[in-house]
Amino acid sequence: MFENIGEIVVLFWRTLRALPFAWRQRRKIFEQFFEIGNASLLMVCILSFFIGAVTALQTGPVLVERSMSSAVGGIVGIAMAKELAPVIMAILIAGRIGSAMAAEIGSMRVYQEIDALRTMNINPIHYLVLPRLVAIAIALPMLVVFAILVGWFGGAVVAEANNHIAIPFQAFFSDLRDIVEVKDVANGVFKSFCFALIIGSVSCHQGLATIGGPRGIGRSVTKAVVNSIVLIVIFDYVLTRVLLK
Amino acid sequence: MMNDLANNRSGVGLQVRGLHKSFDGQEVLKGVDLEVMPGEIFVIMGPSGSGKSVLLKHLIGLEAPDAGEILINGELIQPDEIAGKYRMAMVFQSGALLNSLTVGENVGLYLAEHRLKSSEEIEEIVMKNLEAVGLKDAANKMPSELSGGMKKRVAIARALVVEPQLILYDEPTSELDPLSAIVIGEEILELKHRTRVTSLIVSHDRDLAFGVADRIAFINEGRIVTVGTPDELKHSGDPLVQKFLHADFKHEPQTQSL
Repeated sequence: MFENIGEIVVLFWRTLRALPFAWRQRRKIFEQFFEIGNASLLMVCILSFFIGAVTALQTGPVLVERSMSSAVGGIVGIAMAKELAPVIMAILIAGRIGSAMAAEIGSMRVYQEIDALRTMNINPIHYLVLPRLVAIAIALPMLVVFAILVGWFGGAVVAEANNHIAIPFQAFFSDLRDIVEVKDVANGVFKSFCFALIIGSVSCHQGLATIGGPRGIGRSVTKAVVNSIVLIVIFDYVLTRVLLK
Repeated sequence: MMNDLANNRSGVGLQVRGLHKSFDGQEVLKGVDLEVMPGEIFVIMGPSGSGKSVLLKHLIGLEAPDAGEILINGELIQPDEIAGKYRMAMVFQSGALLNSLTVGENVGLYLAEHRLKSSEEIEEIVMKNLEAVGLKDAANKMPSELSGGMKKRVAIARALVVEPQLILYDEPTSELDPLSAIVIGEEILELKHRTRVTSLIVSHDRDLAFGVADRIAFINEGRIVTVGTPDELKHSGDPLVQKFLHADFKHEPQTQSL
């Protein structure tokens, strides 16, 4: 994986330089954006509800037992906003969208469609990579905001419904508001933006680097997902450390 | 730049000097030299694996040579400059149509992406070129709905839209029945007479080569063995060329004794 880091950075830099052409590719950006939202929204909703719920379930009884029930809302709020929603949604998107990006570009590479673009003097980075990277960089942070809200809701539902916690809905959100600040949500959204750039760059690079036939496409898809997840986890630590200051 | 290109409609002359290319230590092109005249139909024939398609990819800038030169109209050109400096088109062996676009969008892709025409003009040009290859009704179909021969004709229509100065065909009749192969051959000739484009065809289809070529080069193991008109090639003294030209399938049934 790490031998490809240089190539991924070069691809990312070339895509950044192509940003002035993004408006020309707006139709494709919108198509990709719709694809990402359409493919992921329901899954994001289910996943984040239960992550919020299980966080409340794990922490609630312990804290209530120690007369710290007012901390449950804050813990679920902070955990969802700063860590769980950005990281788990990024992993979900790497699996659903990163794999699709690598497969689509990979098959275009194998079946000479990218060569055909180049013979028409159409830059594959402008035509294929730029729309995908811009779309995922907008879509993932939006999905994460949605996931944070649904996760909080999931935590609040369990906190009220579970007999060992039994914190009323309003009290949960009141405690959450006391602890969670706008900058905590912004922190998570910024992390998800960085993760989106990682997923887009790694997956598009893997697609463009595909060699061989259908087996090569399969290998690229696997590598795109695995490499994205590894980099997400590593960058999660780095970004958390930097944003702590 | 694009306007200069658009105004220049004449076919280009092409020279290749000492082209070498290796992949993973295996030398595929071992010093290829050839010259193609403007407006000529030049066919490169040879057995499978002789380096024909690799040579073609060098000529359109998809591969960079390890050594050697490519000159267009006498001017030395780098591989990454080719597509930007000259209007070239390649008809790939598989057609290489973009599967996510309709046939019409594929044909109009060059004009749409370079914003050379309005969408109404593009539609008109697309229909005109699809009509030229007999596929006017296929504009809204997806490539997956087309047969192999239709895909190749769409690929030719896509190449025509570029109004190329040099058009490269990679095995244009492979996987086609003889009747479809004749249609493709006629398209190639018709295009030459209509636009004076320089055409370079890589093929091992003897009927196509002798039917359309002004000159034929025979390539074997990465080297050009001989170049000449179809008549000259037929009378070539090279045993390999003669063997290739006259190879025929003969099955001798085994006699079984009772």
